[in-house]
Amino acid sequence: MAIQILMPALSPTMEEGTLSKWLVAEGDEVTSGQVLAEIETDKATMEFEAVDDGKIGKLLVAEGTEGVKVNEPIAVLLEDGDSADDLGETKPTAKAEKPAKSGDTPTQAEKSETPKAPATVSADVVMEDIPEGTTFTSRTVRESLRDAMAEEMRRSGDVFLMGEEVAEYQGAYKISQGLLEEFGPKRVIDTPITEHGFTGIAVGAAFAGLNPIVEFMTFNFALQAMDHIINSAAKTLYMSGGQMGCPIVFRGANGAAARVGAQHSHDFAAWYSQVPGLKVVMPYSAADAKGLLKSAIRDPNPVVFLENEILYGRSFDVPDIEDFTVPIGKAKIWRSGDDVTIVSFGIGMQYALEAADRLAEEGISAEVIDLRSLRPMDTETIIKSVKKTNRCVTVEEGFPVCSVGNHISSVLMQQAFDYLDAPVINCTGKDVPMPYAANLERLALVTTDEVVDAVKAVTYR
Amino acid sequence: MAAARKTKKSNISGEELKEHYRSMLLIRRFEEKAGQLYGMGLIGGFCHLYIGQEAVVVGLEASAKEGDQRVTSYRDHGHMLACGMDPKGVMAELTGREGGYSRGKGGSMHMFSAEKNFFGGHGIVAAQVPIGAGLGFANMYRGNDNVSFAYFGDGAANQGQVYETFNMASLWKIPVIFVIENNQYAMGTSMKRSSSTPDFYHRGAAFNIPGQAVDGMDVLAVKAAGEEAVKHCRSGKGPYILEMLTYRYRGHSMSDPAKYRTREEVQKIRQEKDPIDHVRDLLIEGKYATADDLKALDKEVKNIVSEAAEFAADSPEPAIEELYTDIYA
Repeated sequence: MAIQILMPALSPTMEEGTLSKWLVAEGDEVTSGQVLAEIETDKATMEFEAVDDGKIGKLLVAEGTEGVKVNEPIAVLLEDGDSADDLGETKPTAKAEKPAKSGDTPTQAEKSETPKAPATVSADVVMEDIPEGTTFTSRTVRESLRDAMAEEMRRSGDVFLMGEEVAEYQGAYKISQGLLEEFGPKRVIDTPITEHGFTGIAVGAAFAGLNPIVEFMTFNFALQAMDHIINSAAKTLYMSGGQMGCPIVFRGANGAAARVGAQHSHDFAAWYSQVPGLKVVMPYSAADAKGLLKSAIRDPNPVVFLENEILYGRSFDVPDIEDFTVPIGKAKIWRSGDDVTIVSFGIGMQYALEAADRLAEEGISAEVIDLRSLRPMDTETIIKSVKKTNRCVTVEEGFPVCSVGNHISSVLMQQAFDYLDAPVINCTGKDVPMPYAANLERLALVTTDEVVDAVKAVTYR
Repeated sequence: MAAARKTKKSNISGEELKEHYRSMLLIRRFEEKAGQLYGMGLIGGFCHLYIGQEAVVVGLEASAKEGDQRVTSYRDHGHMLACGMDPKGVMAELTGREGGYSRGKGGSMHMFSAEKNFFGGHGIVAAQVPIGAGLGFANMYRGNDNVSFAYFGDGAANQGQVYETFNMASLWKIPVIFVIENNQYAMGTSMKRSSSTPDFYHRGAAFNIPGQAVDGMDVLAVKAAGEEAVKHCRSGKGPYILEMLTYRYRGHSMSDPAKYRTREEVQKIRQEKDPIDHVRDLLIEGKYATADDLKALDKEVKNIVSEAAEFAADSPEPAIEELYTDIYA
């Protein structure tokens, strides 16, 4: 019986890809391991190999086709004894065909129940600071981060990017795509795998007045560099009586991706938020990713810029404004409402917004605040909202103990106590290392259901 | 790999020699005074004295030029005085006063001078090593011919980040001089009990970084080695390692009873190897100075230190508003 060859998932977050080029033709005999096609994912162009020996019976997807969904049949392979007549009768192959060049980023299927971000900014978003009549272009978070770095590198020769695989590999998550080509190896610098060392070097360069952007492949690896982020970068301005600052950006993927286990799934938002001297930013949308990264690069202080792998491929409307920046320390109200305030940031926003949609169907009007910056935190916007709604639920993927939500609860208790009609509820990830099993991972992360339940609890529904 | 013990001396005039004597003496007297002020309760917390190691910083500063940078650990008073920072500002930082380099907010271990290119003053053992390479990286990035001096001890030399830095510094040819001040004790642990090999100047061999061991009690040998290292770095050949064989007379910090070595060991080195006595002898023997000249110099240095101590005691504590300044630029 003929075998269907399916579009493979070649990265943790890949949902679809472009079939760039067929390297075989119909009628060709192929052997296991032979490269069949080049497939462009959201991260890179990968070679795709045959798993079985046989003859190419039919190519189902023409080369150059974009948006081919993962698991869609792309070709039919005839095994010994099959004839072209068997083409109508096929069986699917085991899906995960091994990419020839998987690199060192994990490859597995996308998380199955990831809620979708709104494709475009919804109508009731409060778009402060964006002039009327502004046009928008749909961009992914990934592209926006790259655009921000490129624009800032064009603006100032003192800005440079260093990290693992940022240059020739074009970024482990393809964030720095094209930067080496434009700015050259002096300003887009591949480092050895040595976080402690290269972070220290970057901090020294910042002390000398340069503006390094340090990419951590993920923030899990920044634990190796924690001493320089905290003791060297954050504290020197104070220790030097204001003589010497550290204008540096530490950026990279933070928090859970999908099925990468406990050591690669840690959300450090609360950790960094504790440290005076650091600024901490965690954007959700592509526009904020761009505007905040540009602000972070210009900031004279060390900025920890927490991204999220799941969000990299998401598209949002980005305003067509030249030199678009978003101020650090200012929250954004995505949706106004009267019954409850939902406060979140980063990927937590997708649960918050989805919960707000569902609650609206049940007649509960939620105001959704995206903090965007965690330090300094725009508590004024939260308090103002809570004075209106009298109820608050916070949402984050991080651990529950000493969470960002705990801090917000404390602020509200002290500064809006008389306005609260119910205790603040913090929806967080569970108090466990991240499990690998798909079902357990879903349980370990915060869910939209939990947010909906929390809102019902604080509104006594 | 060119790693060898050398004691080549540079040609030096009597005036220069006298200047080195003065610089070393200033550090010695300053540190003695700091010890006294600590005993009086005017200096608090940790206080690590540099007595015995003076020739290292004085010799290397003599090989540096305007624009070069330096960064070191928490045993930093000598480095600051040697690069020309004001003894008053340093002492007032030790006493935690407004007149200190960091307005009292840094303390003994954390002082900086943007003006003198002194980048601290770091309390985490070996953290200054990649930072020093980062300063060198910035020089390379800007295309100037400045070099950076990253000072660290035999204790720090066992930290992992030192080797991460060696690798990148050599790979990228960063103009940085790694100065290993081997005073033979990492706090209370002798080098013999902490290092698998005795020769730290060899530690760059795996990364193709040349190194040499230097008599760190001889300011002329230090200066000569510094000149070689500086020439190497400025010519674009990448990093260089100088292992300074030196000795600290005092404890690791003020609260160190120093049970890990004998009094006799310390006395022997003081009598036979003291870096200041050595230069004093050279000055007298070479007839560059008379005993009276040196006495006058001693008095001058003592006065500078007394004035610094007075300033440090009289300078007010920082205004309470300082608690919340300098957190963000």
